[in-house]
Amino acid sequence: MNSEIIVNVCMGTGGIAAGAEMVMTAFKEEFEAAGVKNARIEERCRLHKVGCRGFCARDVLVDINVDGEVSTYQYIQPEMVKRLIQDHVIGKQPVTEWLVGDDYHVFHDNQTKIVLADLGKINPESIDDYLGVGGYTAAKKALTTMTPAEVIVTVKNSGLRGRGGGGFPTGLKWSLCAANEADQRYVICNADEGDPGAFMDRSVVEGNPHAVIEGMIVTAYAIGASIGYVYIRAEYPLAVDRLRIAIAAARERGYLGKKLFGGQFDFDVKIKLGAGAFVCGEETALIASIEGERGMPRAKPPFPANKGLWGKPTIINNVETLANIPPIINKGAEWFASIGSEKSKGTKVIALTGKIRNTGLIEIPMGMPLNDIIFKIGGGIEGDKLFKAVQTGGPSGGCIPQQYIDLPVDYEGLKSVGSMMGSGGMVVLDETDCMVNIAKFFLQFTQDESCGKCVPCRIGTKRLLEILTRITEGKGKKGDIELLQELAEDVRDSSLCGLGMSAPNPVLSTIKYFRHEYEAHINQKKCPAKVCNKLLTFFIRQDMCVGCGMCLKACSVNAITGEKKQPHHIDNTLCIQCGSCFDVCKFSAVIKD
Amino acid sequence: MISLTIDEKKIEAPEGATVLEAARLAKIDIPTLCHDPRMKPHGACRLCIVDIAGLPRPVTSCTTPATDGMVVTTTNPRLERLRKTTVELLLSDHPNDCMVCIKAGDCTLQNLAYKYAIRESRFKGAVRQHNRVDNNPFIMREQDKCVLCGLCVRVCDEVQGVGAIGYANRGFESDICPPFKNELNCEFCGQCVSVCPTGALSAKMWAGQPRLEGMENTETTCTYCGCGCNITLHSHANKVVRVSSRSDNHNRGWLCVKGRFGYEFINSKDRLTTPLIRREKGGKLEPATWDEALDLVVAKMSAIKEQHGADAIGGLASARCTNEENYLFQKLMRVGIGTNNVDHCARY
Amino acid sequence: MAGLAAKFGSGAMSNSVEGISRNEALFVIGSNTTENHPIIGLRMKEAVARGAQLIVADPRKIPLVKFATLWLRHKPGTDSVLLNAMMHVILAEGLEDKTFIAERTEGFAEFVESLKEFTPDFGEKITGVPAEDIRKAARIYASAGNAGIYYAMGITQHVMGTNNVHAVGNLAMLTGNLGKDAAGVNPLRGQNNVQGACDMGCLPDVFPGYQKVAIPEIRQKFESAWCAALSDVPGLPASEMTEAMLAGRMKGMYIFGENPAVSDPNTNHAVKGFESLEFLVVQDIFLTETAELADVVLPSASFAEKNGTFTCSERRVQRVRPAIASPGAARDDLAIIHEIFQRLTGGDAAATVQPAEVFNEVASLWAGIAGMDYARLDRDSLQWPCPTKDHPGTPYLFEKTFPRNETGKALFTKVPYVLSDELPDAEYPYVLTTGRELFHYHTGTMTRRSTGLAAVAPEAFVEVNPADAKDLGVKDKEMLTVTSRRGTIRVKARVSDIVPPKVVFIPFHYKEAGANRLTSDALDPICKIMEAKVCAVRIER
Repeated sequence: MNSEIIVNVCMGTGGIAAGAEMVMTAFKEEFEAAGVKNARIEERCRLHKVGCRGFCARDVLVDINVDGEVSTYQYIQPEMVKRLIQDHVIGKQPVTEWLVGDDYHVFHDNQTKIVLADLGKINPESIDDYLGVGGYTAAKKALTTMTPAEVIVTVKNSGLRGRGGGGFPTGLKWSLCAANEADQRYVICNADEGDPGAFMDRSVVEGNPHAVIEGMIVTAYAIGASIGYVYIRAEYPLAVDRLRIAIAAARERGYLGKKLFGGQFDFDVKIKLGAGAFVCGEETALIASIEGERGMPRAKPPFPANKGLWGKPTIINNVETLANIPPIINKGAEWFASIGSEKSKGTKVIALTGKIRNTGLIEIPMGMPLNDIIFKIGGGIEGDKLFKAVQTGGPSGGCIPQQYIDLPVDYEGLKSVGSMMGSGGMVVLDETDCMVNIAKFFLQFTQDESCGKCVPCRIGTKRLLEILTRITEGKGKKGDIELLQELAEDVRDSSLCGLGMSAPNPVLSTIKYFRHEYEAHINQKKCPAKVCNKLLTFFIRQDMCVGCGMCLKACSVNAITGEKKQPHHIDNTLCIQCGSCFDVCKFSAVIKD
Repeated sequence: MISLTIDEKKIEAPEGATVLEAARLAKIDIPTLCHDPRMKPHGACRLCIVDIAGLPRPVTSCTTPATDGMVVTTTNPRLERLRKTTVELLLSDHPNDCMVCIKAGDCTLQNLAYKYAIRESRFKGAVRQHNRVDNNPFIMREQDKCVLCGLCVRVCDEVQGVGAIGYANRGFESDICPPFKNELNCEFCGQCVSVCPTGALSAKMWAGQPRLEGMENTETTCTYCGCGCNITLHSHANKVVRVSSRSDNHNRGWLCVKGRFGYEFINSKDRLTTPLIRREKGGKLEPATWDEALDLVVAKMSAIKEQHGADAIGGLASARCTNEENYLFQKLMRVGIGTNNVDHCARY
Repeated sequence: MAGLAAKFGSGAMSNSVEGISRNEALFVIGSNTTENHPIIGLRMKEAVARGAQLIVADPRKIPLVKFATLWLRHKPGTDSVLLNAMMHVILAEGLEDKTFIAERTEGFAEFVESLKEFTPDFGEKITGVPAEDIRKAARIYASAGNAGIYYAMGITQHVMGTNNVHAVGNLAMLTGNLGKDAAGVNPLRGQNNVQGACDMGCLPDVFPGYQKVAIPEIRQKFESAWCAALSDVPGLPASEMTEAMLAGRMKGMYIFGENPAVSDPNTNHAVKGFESLEFLVVQDIFLTETAELADVVLPSASFAEKNGTFTCSERRVQRVRPAIASPGAARDDLAIIHEIFQRLTGGDAAATVQPAEVFNEVASLWAGIAGMDYARLDRDSLQWPCPTKDHPGTPYLFEKTFPRNETGKALFTKVPYVLSDELPDAEYPYVLTTGRELFHYHTGTMTRRSTGLAAVAPEAFVEVNPADAKDLGVKDKEMLTVTSRRGTIRVKARVSDIVPPKVVFIPFHYKEAGANRLTSDALDPICKIMEAKVCAVRIER
């Protein structure tokens, strides 16, 4: 009997947060315990760490592969491991009630995976695993059979565009860089992913770090760089660890260092840790940070491709862009260009979050309609509430309303409705979300993260936030919408870097599509979604209140009175609309209107 | 040379010039707040934005290299609106206490507010409270007036090579301060004060003295070391109350702590105001008239010369005093006394 | 001064400050530039920022070291050995400028011979600088297209000061770094108008414009211009006047705008000299320590109250203009000197004099500034030589010739190894070196009356290396007694690695702890400068 048993435990950050380390330990211990009884099983069992497979909402995800038959379990905790081994591994009977459901397959089957293809399958800490799935063949092909110019042409023809947000054609950027006379050029991998809720770059580095390194090798060869940097935030410890392991292994095998693949090309990669400033994802600020300066953007032109790190021509590509390079070299430009829409080729990794059933990391072909993403892959709105809008492109993206639900998701499509691709964040909003509040939320973030260098961003975002805040507090004045709009346009048009230029997007797009909500806040002093507490009146339904006293304890201004086991009351002259009573009531007796 | 068009004017500019430099060569005014031609362009204030044909959005002229055939527009309603909003935003986070500000009349921000006729900013909101009291005797920091132009940081780093100050915090709370917000402990050259466009940096010793508007200005040469810096003495009521230096001179406006702040000796109460005579050996120095003093000098010198010869008299000239004085002094020694015993302290 | 004049025919800074930023290499020796010439220091920093290589040679870790490619920490008093060893390397490695040497210099063969013994190893033994660093410095300096040398009192205030200056000049000649832009030999002047005082003939052996009193034709020119018979005997240099006073040969003295009772090395000795005079006139703006010794004190005007010109380090003549009136009965120096002159020569004591007239008189007697007048200077400053009204001034000297003599060539000079006059011994085991600090100027007469400067730099200190501090059992800020063969002072310790072990530094600004009470008045035999930079001291708690 040559049966082989492989257990894969998801060890992405999402998995670890859900307890994957403990699940791993439990498997080890249980195998050992079981192995004492049956040594043959122990010998044949392989336990794998694998990277994120995207469906983080269901972690810890575990695959059990017996003789090639794979069963995927969700929500696994250490105490469940014993039964999995007893029933499935030894007894060959899958534990059906713990298996993933159909939606798991719908989630995966509608995706097209290039960048995420090997995540969750290979051990990111093993270079042999990467080699086993064709790793470093693209680098070898490029360096031994192609000229740098041919590599650039291939990337140009593939139609690949920067995945970090700008969508600039990658091949064109490379050719601009290569055209400069210089004694030194640099490649920088931008892994300073800072959008709240976004984790595509982190997952790729954690789950398949060699793909990024290989992408950098090809890039470096194409533009003639001998030194590469990975700029990655220090808040990504697991990604940093795996990258370090991968770089060391690549050096050991001769994929990094001197005279790669027996040729004359030298290239090595250094890691530079960022301190977690959002603005350092902006390429000139990132360069300043590597140079040891405060991470503040510099004016462009000159563009980094001409004058970048230490004044030398520099290519900065984001993690996802670089991870697309090896497949393009291996499978050719035509293959890549056949995926996606007219002007946006290939796939895009998206972090799907918000009021949606299946949150997680997905990879879709460019041009997939929003509808498919939200209602097929995403499984629709949580709690079957009404879809209101989707906010794309990270904190400086725009909100797209219901009327554009069939919009193809690609660079042009998102831009045409006042939003953007950004790095691929997608936050789904439902009827219980207040759009003014959403705009305020994102402005709060960008305002906090403004570096403070240029005036429009430093003071302008602050003033935008202040106006939004006063609107949500019922202090909005006639003319505030126009003032917001004018200031937002001016900040957009006169800021120094992408942060300031795009920070007003949430304001402008919500005013454009949800102006009535602003008007309700200002004119009627009402929040239609019942989110803005200051505009609401709180009261207790006498028929629902059981007199538990929770609200009374929670009220910090003693506005609630009532005897134990008797319905309570809120004195609205004292109430400050903090909403604590609403949050603590277990009987839905507190009503806000 | 390259040729470009700015505001429909054909302009020649040297290779490598920025759009701002090209415009200024042609006497076209573009407002700036964070620019100083003595330092690298910064692009932070966004006032020098211009439209360039073919570019989708305005760019800062201070950072954009001029290229052959470029077509530039420095003013149109859109650009003026953006500039005005920028100034309004700055004023919304500024004390606007020009009445009591030392910089009034010489303040770039005040001039901009005037230019754009901003009586009140549309954007009222929180203002920073960055006032702090420093113990150093020279530099006064009122950072609620700071516009974060970064000139002080850059001059300290790029020109002075000291790097005593930098940015702290970010966004609206950005602040310029010494490391760890410690007390300022530097060379006190005051270069930062000289480049500050607002009242955020001034000198403690200027406080309460007339503002620049109310002073007489005298162009002269520094009295300290041999660098020969050109300085402007600002005086009022027969008192030197400030020293500055113009940026178009050979020391480019840069001064050291002595040249900039070491002027109080001029009006010191210790200054000699009358001739003094020691009427007998071992006696005290007592006030005398000029005639009395000079009579004595001439009588004594003549007597010594008579008795011991001219070479029994020596003269020490002054490396602090003017050429004319030194010339006349050696002539006095050589002609009036008749000796070559004249020297000065060149040797120490 | 005397050293360079003998080699080149002029002792002034050969090049301009503005050109420093275009140097490819800078060699700064014996100059704490950023503290003593802060604005010249800025140009050096600019040069470094533009990619120039900076070599700093100084026993102290001066602030400029932070910007240096290479720092040579030689022992005090070994400058010429360091320079000779560098030149040895340049010759050994064939880095010299053969064309320049052949066409524009003389005395090369004997000079080469004299360098034989100065191998890098010998250099290391004497100076304490590793031989490899000497080689590196030589290569950096000699390989640069444009290299400038900058020095100040750290080179000259030694018994072998003239030798040091010769060595500096030899180095520039050897590499052809003379007579071109952004290079040269550049003595940095410590005071606003040292250059001018020299130019104006306030030197015992020359009339204005460095015209020798001993040469009859020159003397005749001045006699006819001044309508007086003139002495052909060179006078006494300031450094020899003290001895003349004490010996009774000098009876009367007229001092204006100087404070030798604090600035003279071995001041105790100097003060005795002044006290022994029959008659002393001091003309100043404050009652200085020297004025306190005077029989007559004449109150004069500060720079802010007078009209005239100053000539800065780079031979630049610039206007000085009055901003305010002098206090009380104080008068400007020109008026005082003029009146004394009139009274002594029997002229009209009431006649006034205008600075512009005086300037024109100088211009008529010295071709170097013949092209200058106040009208031109009011428009812009000018660098001499400026011989004609349409001459733009001279940013750098020696472009075509060296005005030393008819040959027009610069002279190589042999520089032997000479020891400092007073070396440390068992009794006085430390080397004392003196200088200025950023916040004060000379004897502190002006700066210590400026409240801010006095507040940040209130008192004297002695820099002591941490290793020595340990030996002495002294902590930072504790009081120490420093004693030399000539005097003793109490001064606060500043424990710092700015000074190397066995070397201490005291600034000379503070009369209450006057460093010059300790320093030596041993003289350089040629230019009569006193050895203020090296003497032996003893330190006690």
